[in-house]
Amino acid sequence: MTLLKPWMARALGGLTLVGLVVLTLFGLWGAPPDAVQSDAQRLMYLHVPTAWIAYLAFGVTAICSALWLWPRTRATVWDHVAGASAELGVLFTGLTLALGALWGRPVWGIWWAWDARLVTTAVLFFLYLGYLALRRVPAAPETRARRCAIAALVAFVDVPIVHFSVTWWRTLHQKATVFNPELSAHIHGVMAFTLWWGVLTFTLLFVYLLDRRYRLAVLEDDLEARELEQAITERIGGAGPVAAETAGSGAAR
Amino acid sequence: MNLAQEVMVVAGKDLRIEARSRVTAQQIVPFGLVVLLLFAFALDPDRGVLRQVAPGLLWVTVLLAALLAVSRSFSIENEHGARDGLRLSGLDPAAIFLGKAAAMAVELLALEAVLTIGVVVLFDVSISSLGPLVLATLAATVGVVATGTLYGVLVAGTRVRETLVPMLVLPVVSPVLLGATRAWEAGIDGVPGDAWPWVGLLAIFAVLYTAVGMLAFGPLLEET
Repeated sequence: MTLLKPWMARALGGLTLVGLVVLTLFGLWGAPPDAVQSDAQRLMYLHVPTAWIAYLAFGVTAICSALWLWPRTRATVWDHVAGASAELGVLFTGLTLALGALWGRPVWGIWWAWDARLVTTAVLFFLYLGYLALRRVPAAPETRARRCAIAALVAFVDVPIVHFSVTWWRTLHQKATVFNPELSAHIHGVMAFTLWWGVLTFTLLFVYLLDRRYRLAVLEDDLEARELEQAITERIGGAGPVAAETAGSGAAR
Repeated sequence: MNLAQEVMVVAGKDLRIEARSRVTAQQIVPFGLVVLLLFAFALDPDRGVLRQVAPGLLWVTVLLAALLAVSRSFSIENEHGARDGLRLSGLDPAAIFLGKAAAMAVELLALEAVLTIGVVVLFDVSISSLGPLVLATLAATVGVVATGTLYGVLVAGTRVRETLVPMLVLPVVSPVLLGATRAWEAGIDGVPGDAWPWVGLLAIFAVLYTAVGMLAFGPLLEET
């Protein structure tokens, strides 16, 4: 069981790799240095895509959690995808914060600013770190899935509230450049291309990693089931019909 | 019994346990006061910083104490199979949620009253307008207990509940800390009118998480 067929996963992996190489070339050499920020601005070609993926990942987690909770669409796949996506979300949120700090130091002169979007992102990081901790708590699969799905939605509902509260509190961040209607007026053509290329490539990377992580989750489940089966066989100690059956199938193999 | 009566039954049970065991009165409230004392040690009372940051310190203390209250609220359900009793009682899960949250709210309000006296006496804070302070405190308390009760049942029965609850609850209630602190600042030194948007935010948070808790409590109680 995988999200993508093996050949699709391989193709996607190759495509992502090519995309990353192109992004590196354009990000480091193709795009001109920024008039004000000079080379530091090049970090944006990573920072913006990682931030986008972080939000996308948490969105996917919320949708999958809702799909699991809705009785008609309940399936283990949603629980696995929600968990896989949250893991990627936390990873990319962490990267966003780290890259932002590296960029902020030369441009703003500080590693960290108590600005609305930064604070929201940091809270988001901890919200889902808690979610991942909850996922690791051992429980029956159905119990764990229900618990985590509810926790994911509770966290997701919090995001807009956190965002509004910290926005009221303070705002200093530069206005959004990419999701802005007057995009072309703001950034140079090659720079815009590099930024969009980065967003596209990271989206492919996200789908690829999600598929891999999902496969890993399925394999982990499988391993757990097998270990349980083996433990039961050992406990019964070769007596009884269950053990005989397992021993029989073992011999046949 | 209707919903309100069921809520009263559950809240009454928790408050009776508190009246007999006095864990909140003798452990959680003193803990809060000790934290205030520690803040004074950390931020040298002579520099006048304490007075300025008193609302923030008060609400951080409330949140820390609330974590203990959540832990307590669900540890009493762990003993003697009390959770099975609750499940089999036939009470509406939403009523159990509201009852447990209400009992915790009563305890936290008492704690907040003591801590308010604490910051007035220890940190030399003078309260200029009481209205926004009271409303902000009520709304913030409802938000905190709703979130706490929801996560309390979410991790009830797991071995790591004491360490997991803070990790889950604190990020979620961060807007409550922000809102309550700003509202208190406005009510103490600033323009009282500045408090109202924050009271609104706290109220939205409280309503939202009470609703989520009422919906989610049933399935979660069944599980643990």
